[in-house]
Amino acid sequence: MTDDSIAERAVSFGRVVSRLRRLDASMLVLLAFIAVLVFLVLNPILRLIVSSLQQADTGQFTLDNYRNAYGNIRHLEALANSLELGAGVAFLVTCFAVPIAWAISRTDMPGKAFVRLTVFAAFVTPPYLGAIGWILLAGPNSGWLNKVWMALTGAGHGIFNIYSMTGLILVIAVTSFPYTFVFTSSALDLVSSEMEDAANILGARTLRTTLRVTLPLVTPAIIGGIIISFLEAIALFGAPALIALPARFNVVSTQLWQFFEYPVRVEEAAAYAMPLLAITVLMFWLQRRILGRRGYTSVTGKGGERRMIALGPWRWVMLSYALLVGALSVFLPMLVLFQAAFAKAWGRGFSIDNLTLQNFYYLLFEQTQAKQTILNTFVYAAVTAFAAISLSLAIAYVVNRRLVPWSNVLAFLCMAPFVIPGVVLAIGFYAAYAVPPLALYGTATILILGFTTRFLPIAYTSSAAGLRSINPEMEEAVRILGGSRFLAIRRVLIPLLKKSLAGAWILVFIPATRELSSAIFLVGPNTRVISVMLFDLSEEGNFEVLAALGVILLLATVAIAAIGTKIIGRDFMLRRNS
Amino acid sequence: MSRLKLTGISKRYGDFLAVDDIDLELQSGEFVSLLGPSGCGKTTTLRMIAGFVEPTLGTIEMDGQILSSPSGSVSPDRRQMSMIFQSYAIWPNMTVEQNVAFGLELRKMPKAEVRRRVGEMLEVVQMNHLADRYPAELSGGQQQRVALARAIVIRPSVLLLDEPLSNLDAALREEMRFEIRRLHNEFHVTTVYVTHDQAEAMVTSDRIAVLNHGRIEQIADPRELYSKPKTRFVAGFIGRTNFIEGTSDGSRISFDGFSVPYAAFERDVPSGGKVTFSVRPHSMRLSETPPAARDGSTSLGVIVLERAYLGEHWDYVVRPRQGGASLRVMTAPTDDIPVGASAWLEVEPLQMALIT
Repeated sequence: MTDDSIAERAVSFGRVVSRLRRLDASMLVLLAFIAVLVFLVLNPILRLIVSSLQQADTGQFTLDNYRNAYGNIRHLEALANSLELGAGVAFLVTCFAVPIAWAISRTDMPGKAFVRLTVFAAFVTPPYLGAIGWILLAGPNSGWLNKVWMALTGAGHGIFNIYSMTGLILVIAVTSFPYTFVFTSSALDLVSSEMEDAANILGARTLRTTLRVTLPLVTPAIIGGIIISFLEAIALFGAPALIALPARFNVVSTQLWQFFEYPVRVEEAAAYAMPLLAITVLMFWLQRRILGRRGYTSVTGKGGERRMIALGPWRWVMLSYALLVGALSVFLPMLVLFQAAFAKAWGRGFSIDNLTLQNFYYLLFEQTQAKQTILNTFVYAAVTAFAAISLSLAIAYVVNRRLVPWSNVLAFLCMAPFVIPGVVLAIGFYAAYAVPPLALYGTATILILGFTTRFLPIAYTSSAAGLRSINPEMEEAVRILGGSRFLAIRRVLIPLLKKSLAGAWILVFIPATRELSSAIFLVGPNTRVISVMLFDLSEEGNFEVLAALGVILLLATVAIAAIGTKIIGRDFMLRRNS
Repeated sequence: MSRLKLTGISKRYGDFLAVDDIDLELQSGEFVSLLGPSGCGKTTTLRMIAGFVEPTLGTIEMDGQILSSPSGSVSPDRRQMSMIFQSYAIWPNMTVEQNVAFGLELRKMPKAEVRRRVGEMLEVVQMNHLADRYPAELSGGQQQRVALARAIVIRPSVLLLDEPLSNLDAALREEMRFEIRRLHNEFHVTTVYVTHDQAEAMVTSDRIAVLNHGRIEQIADPRELYSKPKTRFVAGFIGRTNFIEGTSDGSRISFDGFSVPYAAFERDVPSGGKVTFSVRPHSMRLSETPPAARDGSTSLGVIVLERAYLGEHWDYVVRPRQGGASLRVMTAPTDDIPVGASAWLEVEPLQMALIT
């Protein structure tokens, strides 16, 4: 053996070592992220499935939980009620959202800015606040609408009863139609007017063109909206708890909550949560199937200009419809909510001598727990937003730059919570971490971890979108001048991403401040948040204080959203994928 | 009787006059192109014909009936026209067959008849084997064929095309030009075609209207437009050219370095004052030796300043030996004259087009 070949072998050995070392580094990064995501996403779901098959005390395999969960006729009724609720909400939401989206995106309807603002207001209103507004509006006999009806007709009792399935469907639909609106209007914004002109010149008038060409073109968005609103409706806890329970019927989410009343039956709850999880996964799969082959993306570039359809007198009809939806979703419920917040007794109506600030004073100074609750809410939400964004940004970077093999697994895990309803996720967290060895029950940690997982998809989508918008050459220019990757990230990437990160932060922060579905299962006596306290107050029937707390939550949300709009630009919350 | 007639059509957007007093008449079955640079008003004119835009002034008539006037317009869906858009606007939610059938269905034609006509039409554009495809599954050229089929199958009174080839690559563009002309020869639909590509216009059209700043500069058949451009803009926009200026005194016209007897020109040349001519680079001949004197041609001594070999021909820049502006000349690839050499340039007055 010559010296040469030894040297050669040494060189090639060195190459192998350095490759191994690089591989090692990237493997470590990968493993670290996978460990975090397994902890946050995979383990809770696995624990949920496993505990649904376990005996409570012994941990032995059993199907008893399923037998108990589905062997009860009331439980099966709740399941049927959830499906009815979801279908009703999806239908009503489509009726609300699609015409308004069409009018704003493609016609010369007046007052568009105002209508958009109304939709935005509906978007930031938590469904349970809407529900409380509607209880004040259409509670049997005492509700405002019933009082007006009785005054007008002289009837002995009102005609509206919010404590019904119809009432529940209405309440959820008026607060969740903005999703479908955003989907549909952003899809409509992408349809070039030439698509409509082509039908026009072949002899089709506006109505036929809209029904045959424009709306079919955005079908995927509408179907997406239907599915989202269906899933939102069946996963929601707050509004059903406020309305369905007094109406003496159950839906899946309220039934799940009852499993947590003493004695806590986590295993049964886990078994009972399975259909919710299955339906969600099935729906998303169905959506992909339906949209399968048709190339719905508008096919070619160029000529993408849009002109508004002149509706003539019909534009006032469209505006009236939009304002009607606005009245149902925002104007009326908010009016009565604010009235109650500033009233000594809400039933005494709008008069000067009924005005008071006592409700706010009580919350902020007299009641000891309220202050802590408000503080908790915003601290948890802020920490959640930071955690979710840091994690998702790091993962999005690794995925986007393909720094590790199998990076798509990371992306998949980040997006997975999207198909897990909040109540289901919370039960999974409870099963996994509330009990020993971690025994996190009642701590702030479990709430923040739960929230972080719940909003990880929002954070990931925004971070990935932000990253995609930045040309990697920006970073490569730093590297070629001798800067390290960390320098490039710190000096170029983060400053460039500042705006989209601020936007992402707010997009996580706002829903985290109002999250109820998962919080209700994870809070302890010292970690209550506003949404949970609102729920407790409603059980006491103390609507004035409750309304005041709701107003505080709303004002804080609006303030944060306004700051976001100022920094990031108009409409950042109503953009699709954001 | 003319099929389509535009009289004094203008369109004003605020202070901007997009279309300025256009008159245009199409005979039945005629193919006319509106050719011009971007922003010349050609697309606006087309959209006024279609009814998507209303004229500020003037009228548009079809078969003697007024379609558009400032006081009101027939809406696009009642004009019995069809149009091909820059983006093709093929509806991606419908198959090829459904796209083509759309216009026929609107005309309440029986189903069997629709199927038959669509089948025939797809045959003509060689797309029948792809009838069940969705547009996203087609290439750009195939989408273009669907757009053509969809527009022609209803036998429109007028077919409008808005830069239909601008999204295709060069080879396909060349193929589709001939395809469009072939379809026109088959169906004889009265056609208005908007383009900024002179070759497209020349291949497809019976007549070409050259537009600039919202006005028609000249309207003529392709050969006349090329050989007898009337304005500086037309001469420069259609092909390359040299502009040479001279002074006419009634008996001779003198240019920089040479002069030509007045009688050698066509009669419309003014007998006094400054005149400008357009001379195409390939209508002159360059030779190393003095050419034999011929009737109707003049030669002058020149010096070669620059040259470039382009394979199919040589491109020379020469200057008259007695001074004056340099000229561009195109010669056969075999005419190899080095830079700096003296040569002779032969000019034929009949090939010189008077610019007004």
